[in-house]
Amino acid sequence: MKKLLSVLPLLAVVIGIHLLTSATDTMYYLTQMTMSAYYSLLIIGLCVLMGYAGQISLGHAGFFAIGGYLSAALTTHSLIAYKDTALVTFLDSMGMLMSGHDLYGEALLVVSPWVACIVAVCTAAGIAVIIGIPVLKLKGHYLAMATLGFGIIIYRVALALEYFGEADGISEVPAFVLLPGLSVSGDFSNRVQNYYIAWGLLLIGMVLLLNLIDSRVGRALRGIHGSDEAADAMGVNTSRFKLQTFVLSAVFAAIAGVFLTHYNGGIGPSEAGVMKSVRYVAIVAVGGMAHLWGALLMGIVLNFLSLRGVFGSYDDAVFGLILIVIMLFAPNGILSLNIRYRLKQLLGRGKSDKEGEA
Amino acid sequence: MLCLGLLTRCQMTTELFIQYLMAGITYGSIYAIVAIGFNIIYNTTGIINFAQGEFVMFGGMIAISLLQFMPMPVAIALAVAITMVIGALIEICFIRWLKSPSVLRMIIITIGISILSREVGVHIWGESIRSLPYFVGNEITSIPIFGARISPQVLWVVAASGLMVIALGIFFKTTSVGREMRACASNRKAATLCGINTQNMVTLSFVLSAGIGAFAGCVMSPITYSQYDMGTGLAIKGFTVAILGGLGSSGGAVAAGLLLGIIEAFSVSVVPLAFQDAISISILLIILFVRPQGLFGSKEAAGLSEF
Repeated sequence: MKKLLSVLPLLAVVIGIHLLTSATDTMYYLTQMTMSAYYSLLIIGLCVLMGYAGQISLGHAGFFAIGGYLSAALTTHSLIAYKDTALVTFLDSMGMLMSGHDLYGEALLVVSPWVACIVAVCTAAGIAVIIGIPVLKLKGHYLAMATLGFGIIIYRVALALEYFGEADGISEVPAFVLLPGLSVSGDFSNRVQNYYIAWGLLLIGMVLLLNLIDSRVGRALRGIHGSDEAADAMGVNTSRFKLQTFVLSAVFAAIAGVFLTHYNGGIGPSEAGVMKSVRYVAIVAVGGMAHLWGALLMGIVLNFLSLRGVFGSYDDAVFGLILIVIMLFAPNGILSLNIRYRLKQLLGRGKSDKEGEA
Repeated sequence: MLCLGLLTRCQMTTELFIQYLMAGITYGSIYAIVAIGFNIIYNTTGIINFAQGEFVMFGGMIAISLLQFMPMPVAIALAVAITMVIGALIEICFIRWLKSPSVLRMIIITIGISILSREVGVHIWGESIRSLPYFVGNEITSIPIFGARISPQVLWVVAASGLMVIALGIFFKTTSVGREMRACASNRKAATLCGINTQNMVTLSFVLSAGIGAFAGCVMSPITYSQYDMGTGLAIKGFTVAILGGLGSSGGAVAAGLLLGIIEAFSVSVVPLAFQDAISISILLIILFVRPQGLFGSKEAAGLSEF
């Protein structure tokens, strides 16, 4: 209950941003806020894995891509050619398929988004278990390498398979109707609705994780971070906790992938790229590793600035610079800075905002 | 060319075998050099310098730019020297004055440096693909070896890599600076107590690894071309090789580099090119699962790991 209360200010901020943008007629900001919220969902999941369980993962863009790509592929590739096979008939009778029409008016028969979402998330979780068992035995740089390798494989598979659209990715992904009247799609008319769906999801994720890290499991995880052997000696089943956290963060990433893909109406191989994974890890680090709120803040701010294209062609350079500066001067994350310093930095950022827009 | 293809399809001839093998060895020695660059810095600081691939990019790109004003050997020497200065500057500006930084903190800083260097690269040289001319002959010059035809540049790459490994070996074994760096690698505190300036050793390790990265960048440029974003791919390959060989082991890096290069070269004949990376990395992951310390991360190789 206490955790529910602690996210209330965030809820107020979310509503405040909505009111502010509608009052100042800048509702288009909500689009990027929605996308940032989905990326941040991945980032807070990764934060628990890295900051609390102490396991680095350079492959989370892979899980994001598994979620996004599977959901996109299942809901766009028409099954009409296989209409008469037993499997498709069975799925259809179970109400798991959805018929519709493509751009040219041809009949389509695709898997319904809910089923696709569940399949995608379960697949990501399954792969996380299979990968996690051997990978989490590794430590330090070796763990980083193994997860990086996993990410590259996913990227290559997405790039090489025609089913996943090769270099073009998958587009024209249909809307994800959560409930009648509530759908995840990039329609302008649904902008406000989607803003609240994304932030609602993020808030739920936040409450879950805050509860998790404040529970027995959370204390066990911190024990593992401190010392594997010591935690083991105290009777903590370290490998199991590590695996569970790994799977949990993979599920967060996959859900983010599914929702963002439906929201954008498509997904491309760059979402699976290694640099994306590196970026997520870097954002968690500048947010202050074991600091969910810091990770959330940096996730929102950095993704928002980059999605808005505030820095134009210098976007990557500014990102690199922010990483270096924060790591040099505030190694424990952005929220460990004192207020005066933070204010100074905010002023600095405000200036560069204006320069970018001018 | 088509005839050759048909001919070789019927029989996995020795020529074809050697052709693949040489391609594998070429790329393998490039990977090995990048991995040794990783290892040198890893040994003195305990971090993986993610900007290693950018040193290779800078080396190649600077040499290409300088070529307009001077003959090639001078351009390459100057490019290597400039990259070494860049390496030193990076260490002095970003790493040197940190007090007992955590490994993750340093890694994130090197990631930031790598992103920044890439951006500097794209703003100086643009997105075009460039290359140095062939050192000897041109694209179609070839030397027959056991019936296979090998570009002389391939021999340059292999010879340069071999020479660098030998030179580094001599440097670390016989010179007093090399010995001090090894002392710093095996126990930093003890080295400090013996009067070795460990901070300078760290700077030196950045200079050294920038230098060999840049030289590799020049030698490989005619075959693989240079582009502002070549560093990421190379860094990933080099990181893979360094890990596979057992971090810190240069002998392991050479063996693992050649292994990776040869696996990649031969995998082309079995699976589509698009899966090349996926196949080689899957094999590496399997090796890593069976031997979590890397192929040569054993006690035997620990003797070599001082490098």
